[in-house]
Parts: sequence; C-alpha cells; structure tokens
Amino acid sequence: MKLTLKIWRQKNAQDKGGIVDYPIDGIEPDMSFLEMLDVLNEQLINKGDEPVAFDHDCREGICGMCSLFINGEAHGPDRGVTTCQLHMRMFKDGDTIFIEPFRAKAFPVIKDLVVDRSSFERIQHAGGFISVNTSGNTIDANTIPINKHDADKSFDAAACIGCGACVATCKNSSAMLFVSAKVSQYALLPQGKVEAVDRVLNMVHQMDAEGFGNCTNTGACEVECPKGISLENIARMNREYLAASLKG
Amino acid sequence: MALDSKIPNGPVADKWTNYKDHINLVNPANKRNLDIIVVGTGLAGGSAAATLAELGYNVKAFCFQDSPRRAHSIAAQGGINAAKNYKGDGDSVYRLFYDTVKGGDYRAREANVYRLAEVSANIIDQCVAQGVPLAREYGGLLDNRSFGGTLVSRTFYAQGQTGQQLLLGAYSAMNRQIGRGKVKMYNRHEMLDLVIVDGKARGIIARNLITGEIERHSAHAVVIGSGGYGNVFFLSTNAMGSNATAAWKIHKKGAFFANPCYTQIHPTCIPVSGDHQSKLTLMSESLRNDGRIWVPAKLEDAKAIREGKKKATDLSESERDYFLERRYPAFGNLVPRDVASRAAKERCDAGFGVNKTGEAVYLDFAAAIKRYGTEEAYVKGHDANDAALVTKLGTAIVKSKYGNLFQMYLKIVDEDPYVTPMMIYPAVHYTMGGTWVDYNLMTTIPGCFSIGESNFSDHGANRLGASALMQGLADGYFVLPYTIGDYLAPDIKMGEISTDLPEFVEAEKNVKDQIERFINNKGTHSVDYFHKKLGKIMWDKVGMARNAKGLAEAIEEIAALREEFYKDVKVPGSANEFNQELEKATRVADFLELGELFAKDALHRNESCGGHFREEYQTEEGEALRDDENFAYVAAWEYKGKPSDAVLHKEALNYENIKLVQRSYK
Repeated sequence: MKLTLKIWRQKNAQDKGGIVDYPIDGIEPDMSFLEMLDVLNEQLINKGDEPVAFDHDCREGICGMCSLFINGEAHGPDRGVTTCQLHMRMFKDGDTIFIEPFRAKAFPVIKDLVVDRSSFERIQHAGGFISVNTSGNTIDANTIPINKHDADKSFDAAACIGCGACVATCKNSSAMLFVSAKVSQYALLPQGKVEAVDRVLNMVHQMDAEGFGNCTNTGACEVECPKGISLENIARMNREYLAASLKG
Repeated sequence: MALDSKIPNGPVADKWTNYKDHINLVNPANKRNLDIIVVGTGLAGGSAAATLAELGYNVKAFCFQDSPRRAHSIAAQGGINAAKNYKGDGDSVYRLFYDTVKGGDYRAREANVYRLAEVSANIIDQCVAQGVPLAREYGGLLDNRSFGGTLVSRTFYAQGQTGQQLLLGAYSAMNRQIGRGKVKMYNRHEMLDLVIVDGKARGIIARNLITGEIERHSAHAVVIGSGGYGNVFFLSTNAMGSNATAAWKIHKKGAFFANPCYTQIHPTCIPVSGDHQSKLTLMSESLRNDGRIWVPAKLEDAKAIREGKKKATDLSESERDYFLERRYPAFGNLVPRDVASRAAKERCDAGFGVNKTGEAVYLDFAAAIKRYGTEEAYVKGHDANDAALVTKLGTAIVKSKYGNLFQMYLKIVDEDPYVTPMMIYPAVHYTMGGTWVDYNLMTTIPGCFSIGESNFSDHGANRLGASALMQGLADGYFVLPYTIGDYLAPDIKMGEISTDLPEFVEAEKNVKDQIERFINNKGTHSVDYFHKKLGKIMWDKVGMARNAKGLAEAIEEIAALREEFYKDVKVPGSANEFNQELEKATRVADFLELGELFAKDALHRNESCGGHFREEYQTEEGEALRDDENFAYVAAWEYKGKPSDAVLHKEALNYENIKLVQRSYK
C-alpha cells in the first residue's frame, strides 16, 4: 500500500506545532497502525531526520498508553480497538491519513503525538480506591457473596484502560465516562459502599479542577471507547453525586 | 563470596511463621524516618509501594510509563492461583507447593515456594477487599478454573483481564498513598544506575524521560520490581518498553544474576505474520481449558492447508492429530507450558504446521461450543439435537468466558475464531531467571531487594500458568514488607541520606557519559536494527531447543554485535529532551550484555529442565532429561567486566519435602 501521512509535529510543549506530510510506500494490510509508524520512523532515522514521537507500550490493547487521533477519530476508524490493535487493512491503497495527538486542555502535548494525561492520575488520587490496608487478616473472600449481575457490571466498568479516548472525542473534553467508570466499579460492590459519598464528591471535584468540560450527553465517548464502557455509568455517577450532595 | 540463602530452620510449614516471630521490627514513629525507593509499578512493585507506605515508610516509586497502571502486569490474562480449595477438589497449601516445585522441574527453592503457597489465599482476600471484581458464580461466590500442570481448579480470574484487574487493585492502593503524600510517584522516569554507599544500596540515578534531566534519588533501601528480560529476544509477549536495565544495572554493581537461561516459551501465541512484526500477542492459557490443540494427521493435508487448498474444517475427526491428548493422556491439553511448546514445535518441525510459514498449530473450540451449547439447551428446555441452536448457545457461553481474547485474535488475524480454529505458535513470554535473592528477597548487595519477575526465586526452570500474578503480589503485599523491616531496623537513627555524596556524583557522571556517547556516536543504523539482530540470534540459537555448538556461536555473535552496536548505532535528537530512541539505546545496550550471559548459562547447564531444553539431553520420547546429580543447583553469576568473564556461584538445592523424580504428565 502507498499512503500519504499528515502527521502533527511539535518539538515540545512550548512549540506551536503543525502538520507535516510524509509519503510512505510498501505498507502491508497485516501491519498494525503502530507498525506502520515504526516503518516510517526507521526511514526517518536512516535519512537523518527525527522520528515521530508517539506513546505505546503493550501493543495488545490493554495498557492504554497509545493515544492517536486518526482521521478525526480517537484510535481511528475501527470500533472497539485501541490504536495498537488498528490494522492497515482498515485503509485503502492511496489513502491520506491525518494523525494527531489526543487534544484537550487537560491533556497538554509533550512532543509530537505524546500528551500528558497526569490529570487522570490526580482524579484517581482523589478517591479511586477503597481504604483497606494490606494486613493478611482481611476476612475470607467468600464471606460476602456478590450477586453475579452486580459483579459483572462492576467488572465491565473496571475494564476502562484510562486511555483518554473519551476526552479526546468529546466536543466538551469531558472526562465523565472515565470518572464514572471508576465510581461505578465501587458503587456496585458492597466493599465500596462505605466511602461512596466522599469518593464521588472528591473525584468530581478534582475532575472539574483539572479543566475537563461538562457532559452534554452526546454519547460520542461511548462510541469511541475501545473497551465499550457504557453511558449508563455516567447516569449512575450522576445519581451517586446527587445523593452524596444531599447528604453532604 | 559464599551464597547464603538465609533459609530459616525448622519444618518447611513452620519456617515463615517462625521467621516472622523473630525478626527485628521498626516502630511506627521510626518508619517515618526511613525512605524506600521502588523501581517498577507492576504487581510486585505497585503492591510493595502501597504496602510499605501504609506501614509508614516514605516511598519513592518510579515507572517509565506515564502511569503506574500501565505496567505490563496489566496484560496478564488468565488468572491467579490460590490454595483456597473452594471447589473441594482436594487442594491445599501442600498441593500448590508440590505442583509448583514439580512444574518448575525441581529447580526452585523449597522454602520460598512453600511460603508462596502459604500466603496465596490471603492474596485473594486482600484483592476482594480492595474491590477487585473477580469472576463469580450465580450464588455470588468466587469462580475458579483450571490451568496447566495441575489436577485441581484453583485459578481465580476476571474474564481474560485478570492482570489488569489485580494491577488496578494495587494501583488503587498506591493512589490512596499518593493522595496522602506517603508515596511520591515519578512517572516517565527510568532508573539508569544504582548508588552504593559503604557497601549498601542507598539510591539510584534516574532520567526524567520528558526533560532528559538526570536526577539523584537517595533512600535507605532500594527495591527492584522491574519485571523480566523477555525482550532480549526482540519479539516476545512483553510490552515494547519492558526492559532489563534496572536489573542489569544492579547486576553490574554486584547483584548476582541467577539462571538466565530459564525462559518460558508460551505455547499459545498468535504466530508471526511478517518481518514488520513488532511484538507477539498471547492467547491465554485459560483457553486450553476448552480449546483442543491439533494438527493434521497426514502430511499431505498439512501441505494442502498451507497452500490454501484445504481448510481446517474440511478435516474429519480421524484426519486430525490431537497430539497433546495423544502423548499426555492424563493432563491432555493442560500439560505445563514448556511441554506443550516443545510438542507443538516437534509437530511443526516434522512438517505438520498449518500456516504459510509452517509454524502454527490449531487451537479449536468447536467441541467446547457443542458441549456448552448442548448443556444450555437442556437447561433452557430447548431441543438439544438442533445443531444450529446448540452452536448459537455454545458460542454465547464461550464468548462470556473468553470474549476479549477472541476479539483480540479477530482484530489481529482477521479470522473469526468462533468459526475457524485459532492458529497458535509458541513465543517468548516470561523469564524465570533473574537477580539472585535470599529468603528475604535481598540480592547480594545489602539493601537492594528484587521482587516479582525480576528475581529468580519461585518458579525454578518453568513457571506454571497463573503463578506469576500470585508471586508478584505475594512478594509485594506479604513478604517484602516483613523482610525489609528486619533489614532497616539498624538504620532508624541514620537520617536522610545526602545525594551530594561522592558515590552519587560518580554514578551520575557515568550515566551522563553513556548518554553523551550514544548521542554523539552518529552511526549508520537505528537501535531497532541491532535489537532485531540480537533477537534473531537468541531465537535461532538460544530459543526453544539449544545445543552446545549453537550456544558457543551465539556467545561470539552477540559479543561481536555488541561491539558493532557501540561503533555504529545512530541515536537522533539530543540528551535533554523527550527522546524515545535514546531510551531504546540504553535498554538494548543492556540486552546485548544480558543475551551473552544467557547463552553462557545455557551452555554450562548440561541437562534439560523446564524451559531450558538442550537437544543433547533428552529421553527417547523427546522429554527433558535432568541431571540431578550434577545440576541440582542455582547458577548465580557474578559480573566481572564482560559477560564472558562472569564467575559462577552455586547454591545447592536441597529437597527435604519433595522427592526428585522424572516429571511425568502422561
């Protein structure tokens, strides 16, 4: 396959940045999108140019490190995948492909396609946990039976990989899907109920402080989420938040 | 220097309890005066950082990713073992201990393995208390499945994302401590050297990967939890960034490196598709609960399939060779990984491979879909003879168990595994070898500990499935927090350690010099060019089957490649910026040394055991042939300037509770 890549290049956080064109040839449909970028980078290095910086690690769709905005979509045109699982067979010979970083006020660019998602970290620090110390004396795991339906729902929410596609996709740069996934995971489990009030208040407060936008229920985040995190988590978080505010 | 494993006296079942009763403790007020550095934030490092901070120590944690949650433990799929015996199928601490020692082909330390089995049940309790959503049955109790090398169901799981859920549990515990200021987290930082003061580990030199700044960090103890070295093969199931640098740097500073040749080649990975391949993807061992592994029984059928003239589904039952069920009737498809991998390679080498390259076998779910579908049809009162309905019902059940894995396969290979059998082939997955540690998990450098995959301690020559998660969390949650206290007790009055000491200045200078050398080298080939070459040598000559001639060649070739690398590598950009090529260069430099020691270790071990298979040492049926008389020891290598000059130290393995026998899964 022969392609024209239009890639966002930005030297560092201070640089203004811009799109640069890269023609590329010899791409095979079985390559992953990131392997296609590996080929480009190898060519750039051999020519004496600087390779394109992009985040990636596990390359099997679970670490949440890769974060490309491809042809106007977070993780590109395929559904239910991260960028590393996107394969070139989704494109046609002769295509032009725009590759940009995830864009949001709370995700400043570090270099080229690499962004700083530490705002997600700080939201988790504010309440993404159950306060239980490691002791070796916790009660036997089967002492509290958990309804399979609730356990499965909790798992579905916990499957979030924290990539930030929801934020990049949202016209308001809202982080509601991400935050609600964590809030829901614990809200659905008896272990999480004890701290439920503080958790939702603290996490939402931190989310707002980081500069993420508000949710206007367009549902774009759910469509682009590589792990299929459901909008119903946002509804659940809103209920949790309302209840907590009334108690607070 | 004589190796002292510091195994406590007494019966194996009492050692850990007695040890805990008699160690030195640090009182809570004094813990505030002690700093601990933890490098790596996977299951081992993350759980250790959280627990040490809960106890009151000041923890500084480092990871090269942008968040601790992205450490490669996240990718572990199938499950975690624990001797809970919830199924009532006869499991016990002893059985888990026994299975692990046998699975490791009698090359692990008994006392460590027993302790691991002993704390395993606590891990499940701890994780559930943290809100980890492990799979449950309809009655609300925890579910289990079976893994290779055992005859009981002791594996807890969360669909095909067990590692993710357990890591997020440890990450949540870390987050709580970060929020309290007890863990100071350094994301996008890479440890590039260890600092030793007066013979003790007292700090590290790290590079801020965003700014390129070289930083000095001091502490009273340093814990390495940086994972394994599988990426020495270039292609492996490890993450692209997984590296051995932290472990190798401590080796160069005096920590012995044990059993590097014990590497696990996992049988069920998606086969290589071309030269562009950057990594390999695992299909969880849990699939062997329900998938049946086979190749065509006749060579002409295999050839026809490779040429695209026939399909897997064209072959009738009698035309298929379920080679694991045939060779190992007792364990069938659930033999340990080393055995399954070699059996697949044997069939492919004999010409029965089923993809274009001839390096793939089938993993087939048709029988499982039919079995589950029939059962479900009965339960729901439908016609169990309606084949289409049974397939539909069975597919839904298989999807609920392994849905994410099947989806991954579909996206990579572009074939639907519910309809056509998966194609799989062995790939490098896990490294049992690693830094040598004593019973306290301390390396041969006082104050430098090594936990999880980065140490060598619990899996012998082969790790059983679902035991890596168990070991990582056992080390971090339940073992290190005790042993490190015993070590730190004399240091309570020391106060903060200055980073202006000459040892820090010197270590920092060495790191800066190495980086400058790469930046100024202006060679002609990229780092990947050398990494791929190293990987090819490793896979061809130090891979699934090894022999003395190939190993000797590998040692020379790797040494020559290393020399070429330093002469001719090209690292674009500068030192003081975000520079991914520079990151790769420092990692590959270490792999180029480690690979040579790996081959040297494999050459010296004149026997076959577990993941180490020497063609010269096999039984008539092609099984691994151990030599207990001469090789029942841990090979711990001391660095002496060049990998080829490394000096061998032996720790004898004494089996007081388990009798050494030829491992059999027939």
